[in-house]
Amino acid sequence: MEYLIHIAIFSAIFGILAISLDLIVGYTGMLSVAHAAFYGIGAYATTLLLKMLGLNFFFALPLAVVITMLVALLIGVVLSKFKTDYYALASLGFGVIVYVVFQNWLQVTRGPFGIPGIPRPDMFGFTFVENVAFLLLALVVLACVYALARFMVRSSFGRILTAIREDETAISVFGYRTTSYKLIIFTIAAGMAAIAGGLYASYITFIAPSAFSVNESIFILAIVILGGAGSLRGPLMGAVVLVLLPELLRFVGLPSDIAAQMRQLLYGVILVLLMLYRPQGLVGTYKL
Amino acid sequence: MTNALETKQLVKKFGGVVAIDRFSVQIRKGEITGIIGPNGSGKTTFINVLTGISAMDGGRVVIGDQQEKGGIKAWEVFELGIARTFQNIRLFEQMSVQDNVLIAMTKRSPLAALFERHRDIHETLVKEVLTRVGLYDKRRALAKELSYGQRKLLEIARALATSADMILFDEPFAGLFPEMVRVVSDILKELRAGEKTVVLIEHDMAIIRELCDRIIVMDAGQLLAEGMPKQVLTNPAVIEAYLGV
Ligand SMILES: Nc1ncnc2c1ncn2[C@@H]1O[C@H](COP(=O)(O)OP(=O)(O)OP(=O)(O)O)[C@@H](O)[C@H]1O
Ligand SMILES: [Mg+2]
Repeated sequence: MEYLIHIAIFSAIFGILAISLDLIVGYTGMLSVAHAAFYGIGAYATTLLLKMLGLNFFFALPLAVVITMLVALLIGVVLSKFKTDYYALASLGFGVIVYVVFQNWLQVTRGPFGIPGIPRPDMFGFTFVENVAFLLLALVVLACVYALARFMVRSSFGRILTAIREDETAISVFGYRTTSYKLIIFTIAAGMAAIAGGLYASYITFIAPSAFSVNESIFILAIVILGGAGSLRGPLMGAVVLVLLPELLRFVGLPSDIAAQMRQLLYGVILVLLMLYRPQGLVGTYKL
Repeated sequence: MTNALETKQLVKKFGGVVAIDRFSVQIRKGEITGIIGPNGSGKTTFINVLTGISAMDGGRVVIGDQQEKGGIKAWEVFELGIARTFQNIRLFEQMSVQDNVLIAMTKRSPLAALFERHRDIHETLVKEVLTRVGLYDKRRALAKELSYGQRKLLEIARALATSADMILFDEPFAGLFPEMVRVVSDILKELRAGEKTVVLIEHDMAIIRELCDRIIVMDAGQLLAEGMPKQVLTNPAVIEAYLGV
């Protein structure tokens, strides 16, 4: 049971990551592989605010979101100079840079040693020590993120994002300043990733750079593509499937170190198969 | 008669190719102005420069009663009251027909757009323009699912939906069946009747003769001739350059 709850919590965290990345990749057509960077910045910022300033989690998290959004805004401004493949490469560059900062800014992040002893959230004297309680919290947060994403994509704003994905030049002739739109959605999505980061840090109570590497960005992207880019239910489903699959591998009886490597292989194989047979993902309609 | 648009010594180069060469013309308000010229003479490039899709390399543009401009950004074009279609159709392919038209009508500022849902006013205008081009029944289809002619008509509907004062059409008739040609030429006439300004790039001389109040002839990026269709189309220089006699 405890194990299922653990998987559910991870699905929720990756659900938030995938929905937010989908706003960038699926809805707006910017192929970002930097998402784990914002996940990481959110996790580190939450951790530091919790441990160094002793803030309550429910103050630390929003602050961490703001910090992450500021960084995302700066990165977004630079990325707005690029399109298509160049965009993907440049975002990859930022993903690597942020990871290297996590690894090497020892005074703040303790580098590869990571930061242990992160407290679980508490609210009015109630601490989310029990995983069931934490799962509830994660689901509530996921629901909020989902609702916000849905609100955005169903508005005129969302339609404009999709039109930018389809033909940025054509839509700009209709009077839309596409750079602002792209920057806004990139920043909001990064803020959502930061929420996932904060949840992750206080759930695991330990963070290290490896959880926020470029590999992780690719994993999130795989979730989005598997589920179906350009829809909201798709990434959510993708998150459950891709978090669950490697666990199933373990049940088959593979030793855990082999299972870990199988996990990577599995994502690779899934991505290739999808691109071949179902580029729109499980429930999506949009072909990348 | 006042000008809707005037260019002064407009220049556009692509590397060594001078696509628009010291091009000075006036487009009059409320008229249909035809632009003709051989393939590669710079017609499309001209309206690309006017709509900020290609940056100009020299010269000035005056739009309506605005100040002279030495450059135009694509997103300014709508505010200037200009809409256009594309020779190589540029729809939002994986969006519905209706959404393609809605893009022309919704709030331009991100914050306002975020709190806007499409409502009755939008529905009414969508219905009006889509009915005009005979695509209302297809409003839920994706743009990419339409036939070539329907796609051209959808582009026109999208331009109409902006309610712009001036619409630039880049070969709207090319590849259309006769009944669709009828629809489009009626639309252009209605625009003129509604005192809108129309610029029409077209190769078919019969259409040009029928619709245009004035025509501009381009050749190798330069102005070869301009005036009433009757005069211009009998001009020996035009006949030689364009009609290839
Ligand atoms: N993006 C571009 N890059 C390089 N050269 C270009 C570009 N666009 C146009 N040209 C060149 O500019 C010149 C004018 O092209 P343009 O498309 O404006 O002609 P056109 O009059 O519209 O022709 P058509 O009747 O075939 O549509 C041509 O020599 C063309 O090759
Ligand atoms: Mg052309």
